[in-house]
Amino acid sequence: MINSERYSRQILLPQVGTHGQEKLLSSKVLVIGSGGLGCPALQYLAAAGVGTIGICDFDNIELSNLHRQILFSTNDIGKPKAQIAKAKLQQLNPEINVIAHHLKLNNTNAIDLISDYDIVIDGTDNFETRYMINDACVLLKKPLVHGAVLKWQGQVAVFNVRMTEQNYSTNYRDLFPQPPDENAILSCNEAGVMGVLPGIIGLLQATETIKFIIGFGNLLTNQILTYNLLNHQQQIFVLDPNPNAHAHAPQSREEFEKFNYKSFCKIMTEAEKITPQKFATYLQDNSITIIDVRELNEEPAINNFIHTHIPLSTISTDISSLSYTGTVITFCNHGRRGQQAANILSKHFPEATFVNLEGGIMAWLKLEEQQA
Amino acid sequence: MEIKILAFGAVADVLSSGQMELDNLISTDELRAYFEKNYPTLKSLSYAIAINKKIVLGNVNFNNGDEVALLPPFSGG
Repeated sequence: MINSERYSRQILLPQVGTHGQEKLLSSKVLVIGSGGLGCPALQYLAAAGVGTIGICDFDNIELSNLHRQILFSTNDIGKPKAQIAKAKLQQLNPEINVIAHHLKLNNTNAIDLISDYDIVIDGTDNFETRYMINDACVLLKKPLVHGAVLKWQGQVAVFNVRMTEQNYSTNYRDLFPQPPDENAILSCNEAGVMGVLPGIIGLLQATETIKFIIGFGNLLTNQILTYNLLNHQQQIFVLDPNPNAHAHAPQSREEFEKFNYKSFCKIMTEAEKITPQKFATYLQDNSITIIDVRELNEEPAINNFIHTHIPLSTISTDISSLSYTGTVITFCNHGRRGQQAANILSKHFPEATFVNLEGGIMAWLKLEEQQA
Repeated sequence: MEIKILAFGAVADVLSSGQMELDNLISTDELRAYFEKNYPTLKSLSYAIAINKKIVLGNVNFNNGDEVALLPPFSGG
């Protein structure tokens, strides 16, 4: 039974009516990222009566968020965004179901999370997650409402909408087959953003979502809208399928779960380090793999614990014959080559966790000597 | 032959302008090469090219008076 007073002003619109309102109430929307884009989108979706709203965000609220993330107040600083956003939205509209997913989206949780929803809004702030969400939506045949901002400009598009039985509209990879070098691109954290800009773009995303659910108006499918806050110029560009863009995209859930979005976006991750003290405790754990990455016959020879020997100089050529899971510790004499090896291996085996022995085997031997 | 360039986001920052007019460039490949030579920072940016509001793939020849937009992806949210 619809509380018609709450939604009366939009039900008055003939394109909405009680039928459209029922569609909104029975729809499930997932908003990934409750930041500058997510906050305004969430507010209007909750107000409009979207029946189930998921909020996925792993972050906590910071003072520098408040100029644009308008669901949060000064006394929310330090608290998890997903939970606070949920509480605020339930206050706004207790008649809908709001679910907080306080987690960082990754290849292993994305598919299951997105499966539970009808449509996804991308309000994230990095290319790695944007490509991941896009690929998951393509695999799951879910529409994706894209929005992104920088400084004074924004982009909006609706991806992967079912057009005919077998055909879906273009997606992020048709538009940008290759991600830019993330290190060469500034994020809002570095380049700055005027608070109202993600407000406008986030509301355009909410608009497209509501239009999609109710089924009226023209969606930004096979198109991308650009918006410039400084002069209010808006342009719509037409986008055709890019047949070459999907060759490198994961084609199945298995491929998706193995796809390394960090290396695809050329993000060089620095593997973790462990102290010699911590290393000593790890030696008690039989499930740990330890690799000596020094050259063969390098001194001092280590016979104190079980390990394999793969010199750094041959790691890249040997990599196809290697396989790792669980925690893997690399070491050299002083820590530098161990770090390089851990970085290379992390990139190739995202399922395993590589850590480097800080200060190398010399630091550990010194510690052993002190304790003897 | 003259074309009008409309640059967005980081591309506009590198070019120090959102708009410019260029002549003697016949195709999108020539345009990319011209920009990468004169603005080396653009090499590390990826961007889509649209001619008269339609995003084009591969190498496409220009016609006189074409409006050519350079659209880099944004990541901010």
